[in-house]
Amino acid sequence: MRARVIVRLKPGVLDPQGAAVEDALHTLGFTGASNVRVQKLIELDVDAADADACKLLVLEMADQLLRNPVIEDCGVEVLQ
Amino acid sequence: MSKSALNKLKDTDLTTSEHGQAVGLSLDEFERAVKLIGRVPNKVELGCIGAMWSEHCSYKSSRVHLKRLPSAGPRVLVGPGENAGVVDVEPGNPQGWAVAFKVESHNHPSYIEPYQGAATGVGGILRDVFTMGARPIAAMNLLRFGRVAHPKTPSLVDGVVRGIGGYGNCFGVPTVYSSAEFDAAYDGNVLVNAFALGVLRKDRIWKGNASGVGNPVMYVGAKTGRDGIHGATMASDSFSAGKESERPTVQVGDPFKEKLLVEACLELFERGAELLVGIQDMGAAGLTSSLFEMASRAGSGVVIDLDQVPARETGMTAYELMLSESQERMVLVAQAGKDDDVRAIFHKWDLDCTTIGTVSDDGVVRLRKDGVEVCVLPATPLADEAPRYERPFTAPARPEPLTRVDVQALKKNPIQIVLDVLLSPSTAPKTWIYKQYDREVGAGTLMDGTHAAAALVRIPETQIAVALALCCNSRQCSLDPHEGAVRAVVEGVARISAVGAVAVGVTDCLNYGSPLVPEQMGQLAAGVDGIAHACRVLEVPVVSGNVSLYNQTDDQSVLPTPAVGVVGVVDDLATVAPAMPLKAGDVLIRIGAPPTSLEGSFALWGKVGRKGALPVLDLAATSILCGFVRDLRRGGHVLDARPTLLGGLAQCLFDFARCADLSARATLPVDEDFFASFLGEERLCFVVAVDNQGVFDVQRRCADAGIASAVLGALGVSSSFRLQDSGGDVVFDRPFQKLVDDAEAVVPDLIASGRRRSA
Repeated sequence: MRARVIVRLKPGVLDPQGAAVEDALHTLGFTGASNVRVQKLIELDVDAADADACKLLVLEMADQLLRNPVIEDCGVEVLQ
Repeated sequence: MSKSALNKLKDTDLTTSEHGQAVGLSLDEFERAVKLIGRVPNKVELGCIGAMWSEHCSYKSSRVHLKRLPSAGPRVLVGPGENAGVVDVEPGNPQGWAVAFKVESHNHPSYIEPYQGAATGVGGILRDVFTMGARPIAAMNLLRFGRVAHPKTPSLVDGVVRGIGGYGNCFGVPTVYSSAEFDAAYDGNVLVNAFALGVLRKDRIWKGNASGVGNPVMYVGAKTGRDGIHGATMASDSFSAGKESERPTVQVGDPFKEKLLVEACLELFERGAELLVGIQDMGAAGLTSSLFEMASRAGSGVVIDLDQVPARETGMTAYELMLSESQERMVLVAQAGKDDDVRAIFHKWDLDCTTIGTVSDDGVVRLRKDGVEVCVLPATPLADEAPRYERPFTAPARPEPLTRVDVQALKKNPIQIVLDVLLSPSTAPKTWIYKQYDREVGAGTLMDGTHAAAALVRIPETQIAVALALCCNSRQCSLDPHEGAVRAVVEGVARISAVGAVAVGVTDCLNYGSPLVPEQMGQLAAGVDGIAHACRVLEVPVVSGNVSLYNQTDDQSVLPTPAVGVVGVVDDLATVAPAMPLKAGDVLIRIGAPPTSLEGSFALWGKVGRKGALPVLDLAATSILCGFVRDLRRGGHVLDARPTLLGGLAQCLFDFARCADLSARATLPVDEDFFASFLGEERLCFVVAVDNQGVFDVQRRCADAGIASAVLGALGVSSSFRLQDSGGDVVFDRPFQKLVDDAEAVVPDLIASGRRRSA
């Protein structure tokens, strides 16, 4: 089963990379861009009986490795 | 009462003593606050009071003790109480160089989020230093981790070291010295103490003053977000297992922003008093502590419009703006009418710079948000009349001395005992750590902790150098908090003497357990006395520092760890030979009388229970010894020197050999005990490496000075590292290269074991 995980900084946590991208966009003339946040997208195949089991398993992976629970949260989507 | 009840309140809602508890105020303290301001505080005011009166900001448990530290001296230009201490490097030259330095803890944030916690610790201490007008030229750190076998240790070591390297390297300050040790007492509470030193002209020192009615108060640097709210309160509370979800968000640092900030500030300082009145960084308790402290120091007040504070997020309340600990921010007071000139400098460096208010003369901090006055608090009483506690404490019990049985057990297997010392994670080479630090940036590093007893950094474009070391033998402090603290100062002075420098100033970071536990408070009191006593005798003032309490998880407190940073000066580099490459045949001479017992030795730690009675160190004699070695170092024949410290003479000789990449062989003089002489730590001696022609000269100088000396052996005479007893019998003999490889592998293996465990 294919799963997709989005790992992002929790709201309120400073995102220096996002800020740098935003500044660069403004420099290029895209002055309308704001609130840029850079996120991480991970896709993987998982051996699981059904979508619920898959999601649980991936959340466990996220808590142990894919995200830093202190500053990041994540969303899991099962792609089938 | 949980924080959620407080969260439900609006900025101007009145609070109760139960809300007070949520910001860390006791019932008595809440009542004291009500009495002080003559009414019940609203939420914003309560937040400000809670932060200002937190242990972290107010030093309420330690202040009565800190007064005992000697902070005056002919070279002291700025003593404790400012952002950093400043010491004169060139007395006699009114426009000459001075150094600003300080050490600070970031223990609690680093335990929660090792990378960002350690990184922002470095960022904070760098700001403290450049706020004084100094350009940072050196950083160092003291780290204490739990035992190697603890599941969290590898990831904490990895994260903390990467965090320090990541911030320091990107900012562009060389990290030249690191003291990293491991013990089970730090399993649930690591220590991360960061030190920074900067150079400045002594007629250009800036302070955090908000003076001059009508002068604009300006906010510069990064925008304010919701990060790290309540950091100061967190650092003043102990952890308990299973509370993870309640922990506040930690801050994320941005070293590139800080680099812009230092350059912008230094450009502003160049323009001098024409533009600037006072400046202070925003550290713990953010805007709150900066505004209150700057107003309090000048005896003035400020009127602030919080709507002008650059915010990273929408809808931030006054409470959040005042308590955020977002990084890379400063507050400054400019000369009236010069706002535009100041703003031009910061805008040039791509930084936010906004006028947020003005200086007033009524001694009151007034904050407005959305046109409403949300806070009216007197500055001085809040900053200076924070509660001070004479916490009850009990004098630490002296542990029993070692018995004959303890020592006999050890002597059965001398080879293993020496190996245990040389291959312990605490004594093992920290190459893995140092490799992650840029030690050379700025091109001023002459020596660093990888190969010398202390770091030596040149002041740019001069022949003057600054020597630095950051030390603490926490195990000796746990046996005897007073004597251990004395020895932390002595270690620092000995290290910088070994590179030929004169000690000019000390900064200390006092890491202890809970001030509410009389035994732990007693350790703090004894530690302060020990530092004070040693600094008096060695005539070196304490010019800055920090106290970190509540270093405990549940009932487990850390070992008492007063980290002592000693700064020394070499006023003419031409007089001191930089550590020369040592060569085979160079002779190793021990200077000073050897230890005669194993009391307080690392070799016995964990093997005999809490035992070991450290004798009182003869400070006067130690001071003479350090001075003598410093002069020797300037002699020509002496190529390198090291004090005997953790692990005793055996470790010292091994470090000598390892750094020289030459094996060593040493034989004790007659009538010495192998164990006491090679592994004893009850007193300090030095080992110097001397070229063959210089041996007689060094021995004669020792004899003339009445200082004991003994030729122990030489470097590179064979391929084994060999220690022989007084009779010339070989007691320890190991292939040198194998021993070095094993020692070098200790720390990398520790990290690798963590990776395997999590895999």
